[in-house]
Amino acid sequence: MKKKLIPYSIILIFLIIFAVFYRSLKDTNIYTPETKINNDIPIFSADLLLLNENSNSTKIFELDKFYLLNIWASWCVPCRDEHPILMSLSKNNKLTIIGMNYKDNKKNAQSFLDKLGNPYEKIIVDKNGTISIEWGAFGVPETFIIYNNKIIKKYIGPLNNELLIEIRKIIK
Amino acid sequence: MIYSVVGHYSLILGLCVGLILIFFSIQNFKNSNQLDTKILSFSFLQLFFVLISFLALIISFVISDFSNETVFNNSHTTKPFFYKISGTWGNHEGSLLLWLLVLTLFIFIFLLRTKNQPIKYKILTLGFQQVIIIGFFLFLIQTSNPFNYLFPIPDEGLGLNPILQDPALAIHPPILYLGYVGSSIIFSSALAATTLKMVSTSWAVHIKKWVLISWIFLTLGILLGSIWAYYELGWGGFWFWDPVENVSLMPWLALTTLLHCILVLERKEILTSWVIILSIATFTLSMCGTFLVRSGILNSVHTFANDPERGLFILIFLFALIFLSLFIFFFFHQTTKDNSSKFFWLSKETSILVNNWFMMYFLSVVLIGTVYPIFLDVISSQKISVGPPFYHKLIAPFLIPFLFAMAIGPRLKWIRSDLKDKIYLISLLTISILISFFIVKNFNTNILINTILISSALYLFFITLRDFFNKKYKNFAQNTAHFGFSLLILSILFNNLFSSEIITNLKVGETYDNSKTKIVFKSINQKTEKNYKSIIANFNITNSKGINNNLSPELRIYNQPNITTSEADIKTTLMKDKFIVINLVQNQDYFNVRYQVKPFMLWIWLSVIMVSLGGLVSFLQKRI
Repeated sequence: MKKKLIPYSIILIFLIIFAVFYRSLKDTNIYTPETKINNDIPIFSADLLLLNENSNSTKIFELDKFYLLNIWASWCVPCRDEHPILMSLSKNNKLTIIGMNYKDNKKNAQSFLDKLGNPYEKIIVDKNGTISIEWGAFGVPETFIIYNNKIIKKYIGPLNNELLIEIRKIIK
Repeated sequence: MIYSVVGHYSLILGLCVGLILIFFSIQNFKNSNQLDTKILSFSFLQLFFVLISFLALIISFVISDFSNETVFNNSHTTKPFFYKISGTWGNHEGSLLLWLLVLTLFIFIFLLRTKNQPIKYKILTLGFQQVIIIGFFLFLIQTSNPFNYLFPIPDEGLGLNPILQDPALAIHPPILYLGYVGSSIIFSSALAATTLKMVSTSWAVHIKKWVLISWIFLTLGILLGSIWAYYELGWGGFWFWDPVENVSLMPWLALTTLLHCILVLERKEILTSWVIILSIATFTLSMCGTFLVRSGILNSVHTFANDPERGLFILIFLFALIFLSLFIFFFFHQTTKDNSSKFFWLSKETSILVNNWFMMYFLSVVLIGTVYPIFLDVISSQKISVGPPFYHKLIAPFLIPFLFAMAIGPRLKWIRSDLKDKIYLISLLTISILISFFIVKNFNTNILINTILISSALYLFFITLRDFFNKKYKNFAQNTAHFGFSLLILSILFNNLFSSEIITNLKVGETYDNSKTKIVFKSINQKTEKNYKSIIANFNITNSKGINNNLSPELRIYNQPNITTSEADIKTTLMKDKFIVINLVQNQDYFNVRYQVKPFMLWIWLSVIMVSLGGLVSFLQKRI
């Protein structure tokens, strides 16, 4: 009996290690809540950055076209990281990129775009952060894919190369 | 495009050959008079297919074929030719393909070179190795295919991470993999030998070459990674106890211990359980490292794109291998009667055993430091990070008896020994203590622990140095390795104690001056290269002895991807390195300047080379 105890306990220890690793693997997933997906986009009206005009959701989002809404701010460091990816997506003419400038000041936002390039066709100004709440956003950066006035995909946190490929697949 | 297709299908063919090989092995195992020649040719065929696939990926990188997803993610047309090639294994998919290539190459060499061993043993080793190879094939094809197709074809790739565009890093992964994969051969053959109950002296003689070769590569691989971290990451250190570094250190510790056990087993049939468990541990630790790095559980400087699916695959594969080996160990292995507890206290066997326990202690410290944060996160969702102080506090004190054991151990005789030249040994010890005391005394540090540490390293240094001139003493390989190790510890200690650092913010034209060092920021140049722009700052540094140095650190702004890296400028001399690195301060004309004087840097690298040289000598030596 005593002889068998050692192998069994060692196997047990390894099983526990396996369980812990398995759990931690699950935790590292990119967090995407399902709740807001496939919902209609919220209706809003807001100022546009760089254009000095007012617009609303029906004017911005047309039917039967793919849109990418990206919530960003000049003070947000991860936004800087994902910017090259947005720039490369902006070259794709199947997709229109709309920005939402979150709790930012105009000057900084402008110089951010001057420095790093402007991937956005239009930029919605969300000065006090209320519009992004309507969208169900948690913070910056956050990205939504919209088709036929429905949110079909949502990404929390900066985009990376893998998500870039995923987005390319979706709009195909 | 065509190359991706060729590469992809030759991977699938390689997998098929693997399955065929397993089938043949089982058949051949049943009626084993002779090794089936088919096995050898199929093994070659497998190597051939993987090689084709690897070459196809290299060509895709060279011609910048962006229809290939891996190339698109990791290359760019403006990248220099050399880095287009090294980019092949600078990413997750390509590096796994390289791993597979080495796996198939090694088993082929193993079959060719192993002549005098029983047929059953050879076939069984091949079988276990094929299980690993097939696992990697499936992993590659399923979750990380390097030949994924992209449509529409992008015009430009995303570029290779600039910090990876470096010569040391171009050869660091292949060399490290040679070490890792070499341990897979040891693993398979240890399992085969256990199953056939032939863990014996003759097996030890045969497997020793493989242990040595993977040990040499692993040592050099770690060294290269460390050199890269030193001048590329710009933190002015060479070892950061970063999880990924630890992950390469753990198999090294296990392998080093295994090497010493094999040396015993070569002569006497003892320590068999140690040998088997260490063979298993070395490979599973390498695999565990792969899991930790590639699954993205750990955050570190080695950012591979992470993907939970990949992590899950390796995790299941890893534990399947662990349980398989545990089963074989408990089911087939019988401990020999002469137990290790019966050694005479003063003998070479005891000293090796002492070495084993010390190494196991170091291994567990590193292991706990690396995985404990993960466990804590899962169990109590607390996030902690374990830093250098943890390792230093737990390892440094135990290094002292370890170094003494290293000095005395090799002088002992097998079975029963007594120390003849006690006076000589004690006088050397006194000299070492005195010297180190005079060195440490002049500095404001903890005198006691530093004196003891330095004197133990010096002691090993003197004893091994003396033995080079001792004609009676034959073990040149061991002596070289131990001498190198003492030099390494000494260099690290001196480096830690005597380094000095100045951190300041300077504008062009400004001067920093303390009583010892004067730093003049003379000018700034700009340069445009093919894939980056660089800002070169010119400094003139004068130290207290009036020695003048011009140093020009660099900031590189890569265009693809858009990343800024700092290239340190290092003036290396025999006794010390002068290291300067600059960083931008946001929205200001100031540069953050870090100037360090690091003594004995060169000796750290040289001593590690010396340690591995010891391994090489032993590898080339004919057994006496």
